[in-house]
Parts: sequence; C-alpha cells; structure tokens
Amino acid sequence: MTATLTRPHLVRDPRMQFGLTVTSLLDEDLSTALVWAEISGRFFDSAVRRHPDRVVNVGIREQLLVNVGAGFALTGMRPIVHTFGTFLVERGFEQIKLGFGHQGLGGVLVGGGGSFDASRGGRTHQAPGDVALMDTLPDVVIHAPGTSAETDEVLRRAVAADGLHYVRIVEQTNAESFTGPGLHVVRRGSGATVIALGPVLDEVLAATADRDVTVLYAHSVRPFDAATFRNVLTTPDVVLVEPWLAGTSARVVSDALRDVPHRLLSLGTRRMELRHYGTPAEHQRAHGLDAAGIRRSVESFLDGQRPGR
Amino acid sequence: MDNIERLLTLMTGDEKHDLASYSTLAVLRVLYERVLDVSPDSLDDPRRDRFLLSKGHGPTAYYAVLCDRGFFPESWLCDWGSFDSPLGYHPDRNLIPGVEVSSGSLGHGLPLAVGTALGLRAQGIDSRVVVLVGDAELDEGSNHEAVELATALGLDRLTVVVVDNRSTSYVVPGRIAERFATEGWHVTTVDGRDQAELESALTERPVGVPNVVVATVVDPSTSSRREEAA
Repeated sequence: MTATLTRPHLVRDPRMQFGLTVTSLLDEDLSTALVWAEISGRFFDSAVRRHPDRVVNVGIREQLLVNVGAGFALTGMRPIVHTFGTFLVERGFEQIKLGFGHQGLGGVLVGGGGSFDASRGGRTHQAPGDVALMDTLPDVVIHAPGTSAETDEVLRRAVAADGLHYVRIVEQTNAESFTGPGLHVVRRGSGATVIALGPVLDEVLAATADRDVTVLYAHSVRPFDAATFRNVLTTPDVVLVEPWLAGTSARVVSDALRDVPHRLLSLGTRRMELRHYGTPAEHQRAHGLDAAGIRRSVESFLDGQRPGR
Repeated sequence: MDNIERLLTLMTGDEKHDLASYSTLAVLRVLYERVLDVSPDSLDDPRRDRFLLSKGHGPTAYYAVLCDRGFFPESWLCDWGSFDSPLGYHPDRNLIPGVEVSSGSLGHGLPLAVGTALGLRAQGIDSRVVVLVGDAELDEGSNHEAVELATALGLDRLTVVVVDNRSTSYVVPGRIAERFATEGWHVTTVDGRDQAELESALTERPVGVPNVVVATVVDPSTSSRREEAA
C-alpha cells in the first residue's frame, strides 16, 4: 500500500474528512465498496465518478443499505456503509445484527451526526443511543474520532482490519489528535481518573485543569483498554465522560475493576428528550457536557461526599 | 421412494414447518439438479452460482437437497435441531457447508442478494444469484426496497423465486407478479411443482433486468391460506 503517497490532506470538518479518506481508500483498494443512502452525497462526487461499480447509492432505503453492504461482504469485499447514525444503527438494527453479526461478516459502518449535530433537527435526527446499541453485538469495534486526523486514521484502520466496525463521525472536535487505539494518558495525577471518550476531551481538560487527576482519552472505545486503565489507576474514583447516552461505557469500566471496590460517575447525554433546538453547544450544555457542567458534576462527585465537608 | 424422499424421512420435525418445507422442494431440486453451477467442490470458488434461501423456516427440503448433493453427510439429518447439530430449524451459513446465508427472520435474503449481485458485478464475476422467498415474506417492506433498486441498477444476474402458497393473510390474486412487473422485472408465473416449467423459467436470462419466477404451489380457486397452513 502506498498510503503515504495517496493520503489526502486533512481538512477541519471530520465529515468532509470522511469523504476525502473514503475516496482515497476506494482509489487504493479494489476490495472496498461504499454503500450510501442519499446522505453526504456531496462528499462522494469524485468517488461516484471514478468507481461506479463500487460506490452505490441505494436511495432512501436504510434497511436495504445495511444488507447491500453485507451482500458485498458475502462476495469477499470490504463494505463501507454510511448514513446518519440514527438511520444506520437504529432504523434497521436487525439488519446489522443479522446481516453482519449473525452472518459472521465484516464491514465498516459509518454513522454521521451523533447525539446532537442536528441540534436544530430534533430527536428524529439524533442518535445518542447508537454506541450502546452497537455494543450489544459481539466483537464490534467502535470508534469515535475527535479530530479529522483521527477520523482519517480510524477509517484506514477499520477498513484494513477484519470484522465489524462502527465509526461515529460528528462535528465536535478536540484540539489535539492522538494516534493509535487504546487509552492515551493525557495527564497524570495522584487522585481520581477521568476517562474522556471521543470529542469531549477539551471540555474534560478544562473542567479538571486545577485538579490533581489523571485524564485518559480514547477515540477507539471498543474494545475498552482495561489494561492501561488499571495500570494508571491510583485512588479508585473514576469519572467517565462520553458524548452519547450516559452510562454506555459503565459496564466496561466496572468490569475492568471487578476486583477493586470503586466509585464511578458516568456522564453523557441524558435519557430525557430535550425538546429544544439551537446549537450543538447549547445541547452540550443542556446535557451537562460542557466544561462548566462537567466541573460541577466532578466537584459534587469527588468533594461532595468527603467527611468533614 | 427416491433418495431425497428417503432423506426427508430421516428428519423428524415440527408440524408447523412441514408443509412450508415441502412447498419449496420442487424448486430446490430443479435449482440444484439442473440450474445452479455449484457443488461441494466449488464452495470457495468466487465464480460459483449463489443460492440464498431467504425463507429459512421449514428447511427440511433444503437440508435433504443439500445432503443429496453431497454438501454434508447423511448422519447430520437424524438429530437435526439437537444441541450439537449443525442443522437448526433455521439454517446457519457458519455451520452448514453450501449454505450461503443464515436466514430465519424474513425480509433479509432479497436485500442480501442485491448486495451479492452488486459485489459480484464489481468484481467482474457473472455468476448467478438466486434467492428464494415466500409469498407471505413479501409482506416485509425491506423486500420492496430491494425490488426497486434491483431494476434501477439493472441486476440481470439476479433471480428471485417466489414460492407462492397463498400463505399471506391478505391475498390479492396476481399482485406479486404485477408488482414485480410494475417495477420492471422479467416475470414468469409457473406451477411450482412442475419441474419442467420451473427449469424453463429459472434458466431464462433476460438482458438488463432482473428475473422473477412466481412458483405457485396451490390452486388459488380452491385453497385458502388457513387450509394450507393448517
């Protein structure tokens, strides 16, 4: 592979990056196919022109979308399957469970929009439950890149790998990019451990800037890197921050600490519907996922229960 | 009693599934004995023809035909459905040689077949993709997404066999053939127990459009769904 020669330049918007990287992967690897359903078409223009047999728009047919991807996999190809996360994962979840999971086929599902990119669009275009739902399947690899560089990296890794991968592409970004799967130690402290999954790292760092805590970050969130987590753990107080349904990763954190008495605070989007529009930043704030909201929750969790206070 | 009938008697099964399985028998025999280019020796050949059983319930006829063609040993039939048997009440491609898709939940096989046809075309392989669905299975809307896309993309290596035993609750006579015709498919309706008619319809290769064979296995004037399903 001549990945370094053909690697596209990085752009700021992860969604546009997805289009560029996928186009480059389709150029490089004849075994790849892109199956899409009207959404994001503006990013695929040149791929459609160059690879008409391997780039298929199924129209507004999301059940078909997933199974057409699985059909490509049945013939030995590596499908990349894309639409908004809500239509990809939630609308036809049985297609994923059976078409890929039960058949034992691999592919790369790329969901756009996440929990609140479509803040003005309302609940119909929001998928805060996508990671939790995908996590019900065995051996799924789940990526939530926080920058365009990470988007490029995880897409290349997912396409080169076997098995079923879910890549969650959203507008929110972190300032810094990290290379490689697993947990990255962003800051070491002697107190609690704060785990930031996906594009919430900047908020976590701002919220904990004056605290003696360890901050861990991952853009590939399943499988969970329990080994690094345990290696850096000091006091068994853990704060988990993820920009999708709160508690989604509580299971894997608890499992990693099954022999350690510990406390866990799980932050993420709330289960209750907001029924508000506005900007993604306003939704972040409403879910308590902005720096101030995370700071309040962490204070209450770490300081609130200390004896004598 | 021919060999397939003998193999069928080796399997004991659940009554509910019996009739459905036999409604597919003639179609399966014609496909494996006269139409498809696939054998136990070509299972890993990318150029083999693909048969996808979408209507996965009542698989005894399918198992008997696969066994007869040598895909797996006869001994598997005797305890099918037991804990350690590879043969379940719905087939699993990960357990049974020659089974192209795991099925059971309805409405998945035809969309998978469309993807398979696209994957083969992208690789320049002109093998056939044949998928068997039931008439009641066509209740599932996912099929109609696939029926539309198959003509939009001109998938002429794709053949759908609809085994029509009038098992849907809301029968509209002629609707299946009309619907496929409206979507631009090449449509043939045959007696689903007449092997010569089936062979002729299944070997047709229309150019530029997909092919559907509606294989009727009851007399529509005398049978109702309830009688047939009972």
